[in-house]
Amino acid sequence: MKNIKYLLLRRVTQFTILFLYFGANAYGWHMLEGTFGASRLFGLIPLADPYTVVQVLASGFILGADVLLGALIITVFYMVVGGRAFCSWVCPINMVTDLANWLRRKLKLDKEEVNYRFLKRRTRYWIMVLGIIVSAVVGVAAFEVLSPITIMQRGIVFGFGAGISVIIAIFLFDLFGVRNGWCGHLCPLGAAYSLIGSKSIIRVEHDHTNCTNCMDCKVVCPENQVLYMINKESISVTDGECTNCGRCVDVCNDDALGFSIRSFTK
Amino acid sequence: MANSNNNRRKFMATTLQSVGLTALGGLLWSGYSDEVKASPLVLRPPGALPEDDFLKACIKCGLCAEACENRDSNKNKDGSKRPGTLQMAKGGDHKMIGTPFFIPTDVPCFMCDDVPCVPVCPSGALDMPSLLNKEEELDINKSRMGLAVVHKESCIAFWGIQCDACYRACPLLDEAITLKYQKNERTGKHAFLLPVVQSDICTGCGLCEKACVTEKPAIFVLPTEHSTGRAGDHYVKGWDKKDQERVGNAKEIKTKNERSEKEASDYLNMEVDY
Repeated sequence: MKNIKYLLLRRVTQFTILFLYFGANAYGWHMLEGTFGASRLFGLIPLADPYTVVQVLASGFILGADVLLGALIITVFYMVVGGRAFCSWVCPINMVTDLANWLRRKLKLDKEEVNYRFLKRRTRYWIMVLGIIVSAVVGVAAFEVLSPITIMQRGIVFGFGAGISVIIAIFLFDLFGVRNGWCGHLCPLGAAYSLIGSKSIIRVEHDHTNCTNCMDCKVVCPENQVLYMINKESISVTDGECTNCGRCVDVCNDDALGFSIRSFTK
Repeated sequence: MANSNNNRRKFMATTLQSVGLTALGGLLWSGYSDEVKASPLVLRPPGALPEDDFLKACIKCGLCAEACENRDSNKNKDGSKRPGTLQMAKGGDHKMIGTPFFIPTDVPCFMCDDVPCVPVCPSGALDMPSLLNKEEELDINKSRMGLAVVHKESCIAFWGIQCDACYRACPLLDEAITLKYQKNERTGKHAFLLPVVQSDICTGCGLCEKACVTEKPAIFVLPTEHSTGRAGDHYVKGWDKKDQERVGNAKEIKTKNERSEKEASDYLNMEVDY
């Protein structure tokens, strides 16, 4: 039980959020209506996805004040509190890619570390910028045209249709293609949240005096480049690419990792 | 020295490749986005901006569809739940994914008095001011989701059969669809009751299309842009002073052929023997 605490918490959070969105359409609930693009919390507070909003603005449309306020609320929340928590605590694709990753480990598909020449973890930042440029050129929010995240969420709320194939494609890509391929290399929304959340206060902290160098955390981490300090330094994981998923905290049997509030004095 | 040259060459090559691949990705992405944009024969919710602006503005949140889905009035006659009008485009619908639309033959728009779908739109893709009447109240009759057109060859009223299904189904009864009485010359003793769509009143709700009795509806709603023409500034209505004003700001149009110096009456009778 101890080593799936945060995993369980995350799944409960993800399912609750998706179920509230689902209920808004199916049962007329007013808890969390809409989709990630723009939502309403308790029928009142607007929420909006900052990257989507930037794309729409780039396409040349001045959005309503509700959406702009919503994007501001979300941005401030992740910037100050959550970090890149959207990716691991909210996004439904996370469940798909986590499953792919888990299977990958079980099937032992990663015998050696592969270095793809043009598929780096920084590729997603290029795609993020490119998405804004394409939005401006074509005159339509470019990532929203193919985003598996909103396709999956709308699928859950309104029905999938052929959109399910996109989700399967992501699963296969992460399972048989590149390890952490979608979330860790390509997704521009994840890139946007990495930038937004890079200075947030909730952080994983490492205590290297307890560390036994078992490397379980690095095996399980979907962004394991952020754990460079393991068994070296007792510092916080400050890289914005950390999704605050807490899997490293879960799997650590030596009490060397835990969530903490970022210290700004160091 | 040679080493630094090598490094520089490698760096240049990598940069060039990155830029090239980014351009490739950008072109593919642009092409794809532009293609999926092009699905013009789609009916949007009330108050929707013109299609091009609508596709920019719609943030694909689905709040309009949810408001539509959860009407208390969405019930069949036996009390069972009826689906709402607005659907969210999914993969396979061949419409811009995630945008709201409706298909009148599935569920037409019932033109709710309080227009639940429009005020919830956070982005402005559904333009509330366009539906406000003089009293600043939402008025669904001002919406222009499309325009119904009649295919008279398959409309059985044009065959002489008395059918006024569309006329009766229209929520703006005797306004948006009127009946034109005409003598049936074929039989000599019967009358036609022909449906005529009044394009300045029709909202495009699609209730007529849903009600049409023919196998494939003979009256159907198309997006206004696709069911209307435009005379332009070349023509004015005869004997209509007001219509002259319409072309008052028309740009000068240069004719390609030289204007004839002759009087109209002259050349019409030229080379004719009486």
